[in-house]
Amino acid sequence: MTNNTPLTNNTGLSKSAAPGVANSGLATQPDNHFDRKGLVQIVLLGLLFLVPVAAYFLGHIYYVNLASRITIIAMAAVGLNLAIGYGGMVSFGHAAYFGLGGYVAGISAYHAFNFTPFMTWPVNVPGSDSMLVVWLVAILVCALLALAIGAISLRTTGVYFIMITLAFAQMIYYFANSWPTYGGEDGLPIYLRNGLPGLDTNNALTYFLICFFGLVLAMAITSRLMKSRFGAALTMARLNDVRLATAGISPYPIRLVAFVISAVITGLAGALYADLNGFVSPTMLSWHFSGELMVIVILGGVGRLYGPLAGAVLFVMMETLLGGMTQYWQLFLGLVLLGVVLFAKHGVMGWLAGRERNE
Amino acid sequence: MLKVADIETFYGPSQALFGVNLEVNAGEMVALMGRNGMGKTTTIRSIFGLTPANRGTITFESHDLRRLPAYRIAKAGLGLVPEGRRCFPNLSVRENLLVTARPGEWTLQKVELLFPRLEERRLQMAKTLSGGEQQMLAIGRALMTNPRLLVLDEATEGLAPVIRQEIWRAIRLFKEQGQSTLLVDKSLSEVLPIADRCTILEKGRTVWDGKPAALDSAVRDRYLGV
Repeated sequence: MTNNTPLTNNTGLSKSAAPGVANSGLATQPDNHFDRKGLVQIVLLGLLFLVPVAAYFLGHIYYVNLASRITIIAMAAVGLNLAIGYGGMVSFGHAAYFGLGGYVAGISAYHAFNFTPFMTWPVNVPGSDSMLVVWLVAILVCALLALAIGAISLRTTGVYFIMITLAFAQMIYYFANSWPTYGGEDGLPIYLRNGLPGLDTNNALTYFLICFFGLVLAMAITSRLMKSRFGAALTMARLNDVRLATAGISPYPIRLVAFVISAVITGLAGALYADLNGFVSPTMLSWHFSGELMVIVILGGVGRLYGPLAGAVLFVMMETLLGGMTQYWQLFLGLVLLGVVLFAKHGVMGWLAGRERNE
Repeated sequence: MLKVADIETFYGPSQALFGVNLEVNAGEMVALMGRNGMGKTTTIRSIFGLTPANRGTITFESHDLRRLPAYRIAKAGLGLVPEGRRCFPNLSVRENLLVTARPGEWTLQKVELLFPRLEERRLQMAKTLSGGEQQMLAIGRALMTNPRLLVLDEATEGLAPVIRQEIWRAIRLFKEQGQSTLLVDKSLSEVLPIADRCTILEKGRTVWDGKPAALDSAVRDRYLGV
């Protein structure tokens, strides 16, 4: 809410007019719900931070790891929300990036642990047990894959887009499932969690804080992006791409860039998830997980900055609490989802914090 | 500048344009006229590639518009104010104006000077504006792309008289500034004094083209009377 000062001139905005360039300073409407919304957001983020810290000092490591899981899944959903909520691109294949990020962490750790090179030709590439290296590679790999998948899928819309993104993700799933080098359908264990210089990543609280930082960073990037000129153009592409085109901006590259950023965020979450569990398997790539991410985004509130977090908290809590009582917990998840879709169209965040300007 | 020659356009199997000819020279204000349903908006949709023409040629300066996608047509220098005051409802007035802006004569200050209400309401969402204000925003948004040819499709349709006057004042200003404009409008009393030329469509064909002074009552009754 810092950009409400009116622009007294338009220098910069009309000159560096290339679409796809993030540009700050677009004034937006003051938010009427700031108090209530701000409160809900602070409480949500505050609880996510304080509960695991308290649990750690009380000795309940299980809850710290549960919070890490919520945080990572929320981060993956933040990525998907950028595509679905802000970009109107209903991707049913985001598990591909989540799993790929996970496999980058797993494969890199596998080679580092066994002292075998990842490849020897044309250059010798060893494995690495450094998270920084893993993250960088995950970003590159996910960005390249999303660029290829997005470039093809974004030529379609609606149900075809959903099916094409699903088809690509399934291709990667079956590939991982049948490729014996890295465990095939048995998956790949990470015997030692990858490290970060100066930090003990094996400490549950430290690892939670790393994940928490990742989530906050992903949300900050989303928020910053959507306040920029690029974000406004993405919103225009979602609302009416023909009208945007008649104003001289092609919606395609804007969507593609948003799709790639979305995939990278989800991919980084996947890398964190593999390190959290010490294990990566094709399950992370499966369409079930794509569906779960979608459910989380819808539960929390499509196109809301804090929606994925609210959705992930609700989803993982239901899975944990109800899943402990009955194996049919998804029946209750279905009922909740039905309730949200029918009665709280803007998700948990819309219900708690009121409507937003984009609705 | 813009030359539309013998275009034929279809909506699915049904033909809407049977041979439209239209020309706008640099600095000219041309009025495209005709009764409802005679193909004015379809002609404009064909120019902008939204409902592509199946036959004929559309050229703008050196560009063959039939071969270009809509965004390239706009980039070539055509600015459209679509029928029915279309802006982006969930974005602020400023965002509507700035996101698609391209550098040139028209700047945010000039647009806000032209329509002071847009300055007053700069932080409001477009959907909270009145119909007239939305129309001003749609015109402002098109101006901010600094088009060499501005196309106004029914820019004053269905607006309160006060607002209409404000929009006509703006259109007269475009004329003074030598802004090339293609104007679709039904109010003869406003159009005829400022148009350099009129082109009349009847059942998807160009049936008359000439100076407003030559538009006698026989032509009016035949093609424009209700």
